[in-house]
Amino acid sequence: MPKRTDIETILIIGSGPIVIGQACEFDYSGAQAVKALKKEGYRVVLINSNPATIMTDPEFAHATYVEPLIPSMVERIIEKERPQVILPTLGGQTALNLAVALHERGSLAKYNVELIGAKVEAIKRAEDRELFKKTMLGIGLSVPRSGVARTISEAERIAEEIGFPLIIRASFTLGGIGSAIVYTREDFLAAARRGLDASPIHEILLEQSVIGWKEYELEVMRDRADQCVVICSIENVDPMGVHTGDSITVAPAQTLSDPDYQILRDQSFACIRAIGVETGGSNVQFAVDPKTGHASIIEMNPRVSRSSALASKATGFPIAKMAALLAVGYRLDEIPNDITKKTPACFEPVIDYVVTKIPRFAFEKFTEADQTLNTSMKSVGEVMAIGRTFRESLQKALRGLEIGRAGLGADGKVLVPKVDDLVRRGAGPEDVEKRKMMEEVEHKLRVPNCDRIFHIKYAFQLGLTTDDICRLSLIDPWFVHQIGMIWDLEKEIRAAGKKMDVPLLRRAKRDGFSDVQLAYLTGLTAEAVATMRKEHVPVTFKRVDTCAAEFPADTPYFYSTYEEEDESLPLSKKERVIVLGGGPNRIGQGIEFDYCCVHAAWAIKECGYEAIMVNCNPETVSTDYDTSDQLFFEPLTLEDVVNVVERTGAKGVIPQFGGQTPLNLAKPLLKAGVRILGTSADSIDIAEDRERFGALLKKLNIPHPANGTARNFKEAEEAADRVGYPVMVRPSYVLGGRAMEVVFDKVQLADYMRRALESHAGLPILLDRFLEDAKEVDVDAVCDGKDVFIAGIMEHIEEAGIHSGDSACVLPPHSLEPKVMEDLSRYTTEMALALEVKGLINIQYAVQNGTVYVLEANPRASRTVPFVSKATGVPLAKVAAMVMVGKSLKDVLAPWQKVIAQKKPWFSVKEVVFPWLRFPEVDVVLGPEMRSTGEVMGIDVDYGTAFGKSQAAAGGALPKKGTILFSLRVRDRAQALPIARAFEKMGYGLMGTEGTAAYLRENGLNIQSVKKIAEGRPNVLDVIKNREVVLVLNTPEGHRSRSDGFHIRRTALLSNVPIITTHAAARAVVEGLQQSRERRWEARSLQDVYTLGV
Amino acid sequence: MKARLALETGRVFEGNGFGAVGETAGEVVFCTALAGYQEIMTDPSYQGQIVVMTYPHIGNYGTTPDFNESKKPHVAGYVAREFSPMASHWKTVEPIDDYMKKNGVVGLDGIDTRALVRHLRDAGVCRGVISTETLSAAALVDRAKQQLSMSGADLVKEVTCSAAYPWTTAPAASAGGKKKVALLDFGAKFNIMNSLAGMGCEVTVFPARTSLADLLKTNPDGIMLSNGPGDPAAVTYAIDTIRALVSHNEKAKKPIPVFGICLGHQLLGLALGGRTFKLKFGHRGANHPVKDLTTGKVEVTTQNHGFAVDIDSLKGLPVELTHINLNDQTLEGLRHKTLPLFSVQYHPEAFPGPHDAHYLFDRFLGLMKKTETV
Repeated sequence: MPKRTDIETILIIGSGPIVIGQACEFDYSGAQAVKALKKEGYRVVLINSNPATIMTDPEFAHATYVEPLIPSMVERIIEKERPQVILPTLGGQTALNLAVALHERGSLAKYNVELIGAKVEAIKRAEDRELFKKTMLGIGLSVPRSGVARTISEAERIAEEIGFPLIIRASFTLGGIGSAIVYTREDFLAAARRGLDASPIHEILLEQSVIGWKEYELEVMRDRADQCVVICSIENVDPMGVHTGDSITVAPAQTLSDPDYQILRDQSFACIRAIGVETGGSNVQFAVDPKTGHASIIEMNPRVSRSSALASKATGFPIAKMAALLAVGYRLDEIPNDITKKTPACFEPVIDYVVTKIPRFAFEKFTEADQTLNTSMKSVGEVMAIGRTFRESLQKALRGLEIGRAGLGADGKVLVPKVDDLVRRGAGPEDVEKRKMMEEVEHKLRVPNCDRIFHIKYAFQLGLTTDDICRLSLIDPWFVHQIGMIWDLEKEIRAAGKKMDVPLLRRAKRDGFSDVQLAYLTGLTAEAVATMRKEHVPVTFKRVDTCAAEFPADTPYFYSTYEEEDESLPLSKKERVIVLGGGPNRIGQGIEFDYCCVHAAWAIKECGYEAIMVNCNPETVSTDYDTSDQLFFEPLTLEDVVNVVERTGAKGVIPQFGGQTPLNLAKPLLKAGVRILGTSADSIDIAEDRERFGALLKKLNIPHPANGTARNFKEAEEAADRVGYPVMVRPSYVLGGRAMEVVFDKVQLADYMRRALESHAGLPILLDRFLEDAKEVDVDAVCDGKDVFIAGIMEHIEEAGIHSGDSACVLPPHSLEPKVMEDLSRYTTEMALALEVKGLINIQYAVQNGTVYVLEANPRASRTVPFVSKATGVPLAKVAAMVMVGKSLKDVLAPWQKVIAQKKPWFSVKEVVFPWLRFPEVDVVLGPEMRSTGEVMGIDVDYGTAFGKSQAAAGGALPKKGTILFSLRVRDRAQALPIARAFEKMGYGLMGTEGTAAYLRENGLNIQSVKKIAEGRPNVLDVIKNREVVLVLNTPEGHRSRSDGFHIRRTALLSNVPIITTHAAARAVVEGLQQSRERRWEARSLQDVYTLGV
Repeated sequence: MKARLALETGRVFEGNGFGAVGETAGEVVFCTALAGYQEIMTDPSYQGQIVVMTYPHIGNYGTTPDFNESKKPHVAGYVAREFSPMASHWKTVEPIDDYMKKNGVVGLDGIDTRALVRHLRDAGVCRGVISTETLSAAALVDRAKQQLSMSGADLVKEVTCSAAYPWTTAPAASAGGKKKVALLDFGAKFNIMNSLAGMGCEVTVFPARTSLADLLKTNPDGIMLSNGPGDPAAVTYAIDTIRALVSHNEKAKKPIPVFGICLGHQLLGLALGGRTFKLKFGHRGANHPVKDLTTGKVEVTTQNHGFAVDIDSLKGLPVELTHINLNDQTLEGLRHKTLPLFSVQYHPEAFPGPHDAHYLFDRFLGLMKKTETV
């Protein structure tokens, strides 16, 4: 069955902005699919609102729509492009939901478009809990006892039948939103209501709890000839009860016997057939009772998923690419195995190593959030590591996680010294401190949390047994025992101390101990350990080949381990350049940086070098083995990177593209004798060191807010007095506005310093004069030391003080005067040259009363690089990478001169999305600490429409009619007057809480009053809950207080009513509505947009 | 305890002894199955072989008599990156270490098994010795060289049963009358008998040297040729028996359906006039893609063989090729053009491995039912 010839054009739907539960794995899968289908000769049309994706690069698809992922827009694209088929299985839940919506509004029938990969019926059977259960029971599979409810009373009746504890899952939501484990009747009603609210179809599934059962996933593929294979089995170390995205998982399954496994395999095939996924990859999840081996099927995703990205990276089998080829009619046996080239893809990969994935959390950004892990996903990223044993891969993953740990403890961090101390002084069971510690450890074992894995080791240290730990944590004894083995070896290393001999060192390296851990345990320096290691226990690199070495493979995909034989490639004649990736996604460092790394690798190849990628994030395009010439799937630590540098003989390392992670490695790498390409480490230091930077600005005569640096409270106080309040404070060398705050007086400053010195010990604290009501501007530029290319000037929509990563922005600026624009360009050029930048530089400015102030300069790739590239049509990361390997900017830009020079009669607006819904305990307020997870872009010929599109793309479509609720701080009311007038003029109703309403009414507006919370009911919360208002405008009264404002914002959030918390954004909304409310949005492909000015 | 594996090629791997203490020799082969280590250890087809598991963690879920594929382990030695010192599974009876000690299986772990597998892949399978005793590398290499080669070795005589016996594991009730199957035991795995019994067949297991006359005396509805170890060409007595069976069937009004698995398949190929040859490093694992040429569909199969039937040698014979291996295009199945004889090189009985090929047992049952009405 060769590929279909009745198809000419294929529409691929992307997954939109990065959110918790849906991250860059869908850029990886989508990019693979676009590439594969284009190669097959199809015309590929793509829609994805996320500009920070490789897949939306204009040279990828034939027509690329960076437009809102809403049914009406997709229909418009269908109308324009007339695809014969839509492939909805590579864009996550977003694409599946859109496909169903398109079917339901009749768009598919109207334009005679076929869904390939999965039909609507199959999607429904998999997604609709009741249908799913019925289908599974129908083929004789076991599912947990359950029932579906659409009302609270229905839910109560079903709960009665199932008993407690039970699990609530909301239908058609992603990442477990609206899910909960309920232990008591008391908790039940609230959880059920939340679930019903979260579900777009107001439906929840109540399910028997299988908490504590073993959890498995199988990645299955099926083709049109009904041939099925399992690509990978995954076992969750955290048993049922923790969302699989938040669980530590291991591939392949470790504790299943072959008969057990074959049952799951048979059942997953039966499942994919019954659901009716015709072609492609699916993920089937099982719970297995550890006492009887009884398997229950939990859910199936009729599409590629985060787990399939993991399975692809874990085995080398490119699931998404295969899924795309199968969807157009190929059979598995007609496609060659990408890795061996000689054997067919119709087989089941086997591996001869262990893969461990560990989720990365961002609770430091959401301190108020409940940190207990449950069935609603909370992690923002993940790290994967490959080792020859579970212990090795676990320790590698933990040090790759970048939470400051060097492995499984043994690093002097967090609780390690305390526990070490208790053990050292032989504290008995009656010791008060030990008892306290034991209680904490037991609690952390019992209640799933992101530090549980460390507490297993602490538990061993404190004398608990494998049995104790299994009983408390319900984790399988095999895993607990493995951790016990790590602890046993650690004891030997401690005992040997500085006398650690070579056999012991070898055993330690084979169990994944890092040099840093060994230094901590032996008392040697990390350098001494490294020297001994390099001489006696050299690192070896092994290949990932899908077949456990049964067949020769050419794939240049490697991992390090400590074995006898090294398989890394012999040095070729080409010079090699290493690009350091960004590691696990987190807030402030995500897909934007991976986008830059990928372009850097491509550019390096284009310049005739061999590109080598080092990264450990399985969700990314950069860790696709055909992105670079060689991929090393390794943690981004000094030890691991130096190993790669030494083995590959690379000419240098580029740390500029991966965000703060590799940048932090630049100095230690330089010290270790590694050449850093691009901007020098010294220049980076000047930019990051306030004093040196201040001196530079002074020399250049460029204004900047008065500032100071402090290492203690006294210094901070002095500095604050000097620069004047309000003051912006933050620790240096921290990305994403972590721990950044605006303080208005000495008391607040003291409080801040106390907290900051505690959690960021050793880092100097930076203080800047906070420019109130200033406009913030971002500039991205490339410099080769001689010339500077100003790639993009972005005007923030929110005022200064809100983290640039959380602010919407527009390119080109729509309200800056020519003089300001000139200053911005001139300052940027002067600074780039003065810093001798070779590559990218991002500078943040504040504009107050026509004066341009420099806030900070970052001589590295910024979060906005992909946005600027999409908005202008110039591939910025590529240009920068070419400059960094030595090309002149003039030469590199030559092919783009026309694009650069051409008029650009369009606006691009970047908007961000937040994970508020995941953390209902957290206030919905923007501030200097970055909390957004992803971004979207709206692009059109006028600012208002571009803004409107960006809002719709971010999930907060501007309401075209209805009532707007105003609840404002006293000092904000005057500013709100023109906004309210504009809304009234457009025909919106106005409603306000008492004070606000009175003020607006006095000023001649027709506004309805609503009671505050304490004033009785119906109050402001009721009108939001009942959706009597369509938009909430609320400015916060200074954060962290549990004020009315907090409840208003929270209720709006949970009721899915859009909420605006700044005037600047409100003004943008007004403008957006004025310009685009009456008009039908046009679908514009990037390729079309770029020709608008020609 | 230190232990070594020495190969005739001169390569020596030093690791830790595991399981029984002592010295053992055999042909060193590798297997890529991820689980099912106990089924592999007890598969008589591995007689005389030191098996290297490519998956690093072996023994995680311990051992239980339920997973035995014969009465005892048959591997000459067992090698893994790491045997689990503990066992975690609801069915587990004892950890793999105890099991190997009790059954005298010498094991080795802690070595770079991937390097060993790459060596075997490039050099071909070769003879080797594991020893926890003699630690001189040179002496061990010499010993490896002195071992008998697998080519020309009849290992069936070491593993077949000594006398015929009925397979009594409770068979499932059958709908359409019990079929009597005579199984020639060349080293049969339990699950072949179990699979037949599970379909309601009455299975009698016969020693490999049983004559055709003795088989026919029991009046079987079908004859099963089992898997087994060693060089098929050396099992001349079995080839003679099968050849006689084929000519009996040619003349018989009611031919007796024959189903061969693995060695049984090779012996049928030889009896029909084909040739066998030794593969460089064999097929051992649970992920090999096999295409059923009659349906065009691919199944994922369990494999364990070092020899194969030469496709070219079948030209001009009344034989149809039914299955091929998609990795290397070698023969995986054949059937007689006119008689109800068919065989596959792989293991439809699984254990370990996928159940994809179970339909072959149905096909066999179908043939037995069909010939009834002839």
